[in-house]
Amino acid sequence: MKVLMTGNEAVAQGAYEAGIQFAAAYPGTPSTEILENIALRKEITAEWAPNEKVAVESALGASIAGARTLTAMKHVGLNVAADPFFTIGYTGVNGGMVLVNADDPGLHSSQNEQDNRYYARMAKVAMLEPSNSQESKDMVIRAMEISEKYNVLVMLRMTTRVCHSKSIVETGERIEVPIKPYVKNPPKYIMAPANAKAAHIVVEKKLKELEKFSNETELNYIEWNDKKVGVISAGVAYQYAKEVFGSSASYLKLGFTFPLPMEKIKKFAEEVETLYVIEELEPFMEEQIKAAGIKCIGKEKIPNTWELNPDIVKKSIFGTENEIIDYDRTIAVGRPPTLCAGCPHRAFFYQLSKKKNTFVTGDIGCYTLGGSPPLNTIDTTICMGASISMAHGAKKVFEKNNDDKRVVAVIGDSTFFHSGMTSLLDVVFNKGNTITCILDNRITAMTGHQDNPGTGYTLQGEDTDTVQIEPIVRALGIKNIKTINPMNQDEMKAAFNWAYDLNEPSVIISRYPCALKKYSKDDLAEFGPIQGYCEVDKDTCIGCKICVSTGCPAIVFDKAAKKSSINRIQCVGCELCLQVCPTKAISKVGE
Amino acid sequence: MKDTKNILLVGVGGQGTILVSKILSTGLVAAGYDVKMSEIHGMAQRGGSVSTQVRYGSEVSSPIIGIGEADILVSFETMETLRWFEFLKPDGVVLINDFEISSAPILMGKVDYPEGIIELIEGKAKAKVINAGEIAEELGNQKVMNVVLLGALIKSMNLTDIDWEDVIKNQVKEKFVDINIKAFNKGMNAV
Repeated sequence: MKVLMTGNEAVAQGAYEAGIQFAAAYPGTPSTEILENIALRKEITAEWAPNEKVAVESALGASIAGARTLTAMKHVGLNVAADPFFTIGYTGVNGGMVLVNADDPGLHSSQNEQDNRYYARMAKVAMLEPSNSQESKDMVIRAMEISEKYNVLVMLRMTTRVCHSKSIVETGERIEVPIKPYVKNPPKYIMAPANAKAAHIVVEKKLKELEKFSNETELNYIEWNDKKVGVISAGVAYQYAKEVFGSSASYLKLGFTFPLPMEKIKKFAEEVETLYVIEELEPFMEEQIKAAGIKCIGKEKIPNTWELNPDIVKKSIFGTENEIIDYDRTIAVGRPPTLCAGCPHRAFFYQLSKKKNTFVTGDIGCYTLGGSPPLNTIDTTICMGASISMAHGAKKVFEKNNDDKRVVAVIGDSTFFHSGMTSLLDVVFNKGNTITCILDNRITAMTGHQDNPGTGYTLQGEDTDTVQIEPIVRALGIKNIKTINPMNQDEMKAAFNWAYDLNEPSVIISRYPCALKKYSKDDLAEFGPIQGYCEVDKDTCIGCKICVSTGCPAIVFDKAAKKSSINRIQCVGCELCLQVCPTKAISKVGE
Repeated sequence: MKDTKNILLVGVGGQGTILVSKILSTGLVAAGYDVKMSEIHGMAQRGGSVSTQVRYGSEVSSPIIGIGEADILVSFETMETLRWFEFLKPDGVVLINDFEISSAPILMGKVDYPEGIIELIEGKAKAKVINAGEIAEELGNQKVMNVVLLGALIKSMNLTDIDWEDVIKNQVKEKFVDINIKAFNKGMNAV
């Protein structure tokens, strides 16, 4: 059947058809929908793991136990999972194992644009790169065959435009692959130095075999056209090259990109007059091709920053630009993403922004927007879990420098489970004095509402134990803990005052559901339904703009009339503006 | 490839550009075209500027286009037309929804919503202006504004041969089918 699918949906279909039995991941744009779609297939045991390292390790366990397995993550997720990833390069697998890695050229939703193809080379694992949805599906199936034949982990390297673009896929039936027997094999699976030493020799031998495969496989194929220009490309960049050169160039299209098929590349290079290597981000292929003594043109023309498109490729190579309509580009006012109307993070940040002499470390999630105007409350954001540990180090140095700044770490519920817990242990162990705020909005919001250990539901929406944050924090050794409702501004303010008055580490758990969340039965019991909306009484409003300073997108300020008003469609009735208004001009209606 | 047509849909997170591109690409696939569609998820959805691209023809390679390549720019929000205007081919068509959503700096009273956008666009390109918000409200649900725009787009691209009602039936929840078909037809007749 022909179906229009995103690359992520196609990977899920591939996992189904390839007889994969176990899949685990942590959500992260642009990879999230892979597991969400796998979860629709009852044949596959699919799980959200608390973080990517756990996902990879559980998938490895499943592979060693004999099943075909898949794990998926965004590029920075592989940094978290790098530890097991490198050593799987040594152990190899039992049941076939594929690690789907989604890079984000263009930083659509990421903190950097690292090129993870280097990871495959560094960890010495095989790599496949699909350029559309059909290949995304097919390559999961091929990855299983390669993984089992060569006893290696296969990385399927995707990018945002492959993950999130839809194209036509021919779907097929599932092949039921029986779970292989597990045979105890300490030299293979116990990576103590003596065994690992021997394994490294085996890995190098395997790489030679894989290079031979790379030269022979039809995953790396040539399309002969005019031989004046030859193009070597892979992934979505191949589609851009096709768009630009059409049938005026010959192509060596690479689907298996580590180890590279250097013999095939040499032969192709000999046949063409000018050779271009067109790849997004870093010169991963180009450097290896040049090191093999093959002349080619690559990054001297094509940028290694941000994502490519056909227009950029054309401009880089031919210097020609598309004709465009000339107009003043400065007229359109910026439209940055904002915290939603009714977002509990706004209520939290509004009070935190009032605190003077404070250094705030942020983390990865919607609450990163607390660093944007008008709240402007965050000093630094780096990676998952970093808020708590960075706060600790910063506080130590402020103290050493006789600076009495208070240091506040801001982290979400899912991010705390992901990698905040060990950081908090550091604060306790090393006598830190930071205020850690866990913004528990009862869901993994940013990536599109995935469940996590704290929500009480699994990936498939089945009931499971709800992990409570407060007992974890207590068990980690924190003595001062308050769980509060940030929508109650008096409570929020009192919690900050309490924490600032302490001279030892504290944790504030700011607990209220995401405004976009579909409430679970537990949410309804705990928080009740929100109803109605807020309204401004024009006569009482003095135009002070304090409500505007919360940054709520439902509040509109009329400059001419010097009055605020509230958009009924957008307002969810959270009552933050009502609480901050000094003249009590805002009231709740429609309850 | 040479016969490939490029549609760029732009708007504000939450306006339903993704549903429109889904209906559009499903119908185009059923009609036998090769289709590629690209959208961006993640942080931009939080009230930010969003765009979806749909490309169709006999064989489509790239899922995305660069500047100066869109045959039609469908803007769900007036100011967004300007943000994406450079993606339009000089002889391309702009379909503008006369519907304003203020962004954060405007809501906060720092700057005004720019005036004269529609006139500016009309002076530079073939523009069709539609008040999809009003049409949707007349139908009783402002949310179907997106499908009104889909109707106008289909008419503008001469894709009326495809059985769009059938596609809509399969893509929206049953209780919303009637209103969406009405919205679609109103949109077709509005341009």
